[in-house]
Amino acid sequence: MRIQFKTSYEHDIRLFPDWWSFIVYAALIALAVTLPYLLDDFYIGEATNVLIWAIAGLGLMILTGQTGQVSLGHAAFLALGCYSTIILLEAGVPFIIAFPLAGIITGVVGMIIAIPALRMHGVYLAIATIALSILADDIIVLLAPWTNGVSGKFAPTIDLFGFQIERWSQPGRFYYLVLAVTIICTLFYRNLLRSPLGRAFAAVRDSEVSAMAMGINIARTKAVSFGISCAITGLGGALMGFYAGAFNNETFSLVISISLLMMIVIGGLGSIHGAFFGAFVIAFLPQGLSILKDSVGGGSVAIPGLETGVFGMILILFILFEPMGIYGRWMKIRIWFELFPFARKDMFKRQKSYLKTERLR
Amino acid sequence: MPEPAVPATNTEPINGREEDLETLQLFVSGLANGCVYGLIALGFVLIYKATEAVNFAQGDFMMIGAFITLGLTNAGYMGLPFWLAAPLAIAIMGVLGYLLDYLVLRHLFGQSQTAVVILTIAIGFVLRFIAGAIWGHEPQTLESPLAVGDFRFGGVVLGFADVAVIVVTFLLTFFLYQFFHRTKLGLAMQAASQNQMAAYYMGIPVRRVQGLIWGLAGMVAGVAGILFASQGAIDPNVGLIGIKAFAAAVIGGFGSLPGALAGGLIVGVIEPFASRYLPAGYSQIAPYALLLFVLVFRPNGLFSQVRTKKV
Repeated sequence: MRIQFKTSYEHDIRLFPDWWSFIVYAALIALAVTLPYLLDDFYIGEATNVLIWAIAGLGLMILTGQTGQVSLGHAAFLALGCYSTIILLEAGVPFIIAFPLAGIITGVVGMIIAIPALRMHGVYLAIATIALSILADDIIVLLAPWTNGVSGKFAPTIDLFGFQIERWSQPGRFYYLVLAVTIICTLFYRNLLRSPLGRAFAAVRDSEVSAMAMGINIARTKAVSFGISCAITGLGGALMGFYAGAFNNETFSLVISISLLMMIVIGGLGSIHGAFFGAFVIAFLPQGLSILKDSVGGGSVAIPGLETGVFGMILILFILFEPMGIYGRWMKIRIWFELFPFARKDMFKRQKSYLKTERLR
Repeated sequence: MPEPAVPATNTEPINGREEDLETLQLFVSGLANGCVYGLIALGFVLIYKATEAVNFAQGDFMMIGAFITLGLTNAGYMGLPFWLAAPLAIAIMGVLGYLLDYLVLRHLFGQSQTAVVILTIAIGFVLRFIAGAIWGHEPQTLESPLAVGDFRFGGVVLGFADVAVIVVTFLLTFFLYQFFHRTKLGLAMQAASQNQMAAYYMGIPVRRVQGLIWGLAGMVAGVAGILFASQGAIDPNVGLIGIKAFAAAVIGGFGSLPGALAGGLIVGVIEPFASRYLPAGYSQIAPYALLLFVLVFRPNGLFSQVRTKKV
């Protein structure tokens, strides 16, 4: 059992609580870097898919896990990030500028959209963002001169410092690009949590009334959270576009929004690990199901709605039995071993709570 | 998502009287569609009023209700007479709603709205999958006596099903309104939503009350399903019109039953007019644009019930 003695505020906000966790994460990064030498191209593609979903999940996690605002409209921001990257690239902007710029554009648009959305809360925000997700589809069609409407666009080859990166011919290079973006986003997220802004996010999530009493500007905090969340999601969307190779108005549908939200809930709300765990589930579920179907003898018969149905079932089980998601379960197992043999059964029992109306906030 | 049937519009040059008639026809058929949205929105409002949660699967409840009726009525399945099958289907939906609360939602008692939102979205996915597995993904039509024949008033044509939808929706709204404001159980439900702990102190069995309201919402969804299936073909994805019903519920304010009906009628009437007069591409976004417009300027609906607590 490791005991951390914290003797100063600096200790409390350290990036790594101790040497052990530093070693674990360094080993994880080393594994991620050597992965292209260990796996064949197909699995590298799958690993890339996991990382892209994780980036998008990190974006939504800032908003939902950290600030407590539910968004079912993040597919719209995935689309915005994707389309703006490709349009900038086609206009001749180099990738190294176009990619971050697309993130910034998405973030700014997200912030502008957030300003009216801030006055809503809970269910109303969820519904407004659903409408946003549906509108995004139609708006992409209406903006056909830029977006090519229903016929869609093709992602060009990325030219980064003279390296040609293309998803199909060089999956390894594309993987490294995605890995780099993932690490940058994760470090950014981790540092954000240590900053006053990140703590303001958590305060707004836990109690708006108390946060207000502590002098936090709720509206501004929420808007910034929305903006940062959308920016990271936009980067994820751009990579998703490159990964898919071709995309149109239906690529980023409401189902993607919902999957993204469900993914971070399954992974564990409010934790960076959760975004990655959830991304694993969402990326490998179709593969797992098809393997399972083959072994049962279902053959190649396509069952429509099977994936979303099973996904929904998994989510229901998680919400009922492990509301903290995969990360929460992992923490419980870890703590059980760390405290062995002193772990008690009721240690994580939820406190009984009663709901009051939100109509009288 | 299958668009509700909009009558074919006249392409000949039209003079004044025919234009009036056409407007009236659009308006009346809009009312009929709007009542279906209103019926789903009633389900949202019922659950919101009594549990402070929103059931994002209400549209899928309606779909299940429609398919259960179809399974009981159609000759290819059970082949029961419609007037026997309809009440049976409504009763089954009531039991299903209660069981869903008893088995699943009760575990989230006292948790935040967000958890319920995500849970009900997942339930919607599962219901869609189950319906597809049982009844297939091909569109099917209910062999309903309401589906044949129509009324003609002057030049306006209105199917039996449309008339039935309008009549039933208004009656149901009236009775549910009376139920919430006049009966002991209705008041208990409102109390349970406003403050669960205080409701317990007053001797209200909050959990059972919540189970009853889920059962009631299931029955309303059953009624909506029967009427919707009488209007046209159904497939497991028709529940997605629940998203338009959100627009209805939001416009009406989530806590108000007549508001939900009014919101449903507004959305229903706007749709055919938008598709008649707006260019293609703009028309189908009209309900959502209206929804966002209302949320931006009246963030808690037109009939807002939110008051802020002062510290």
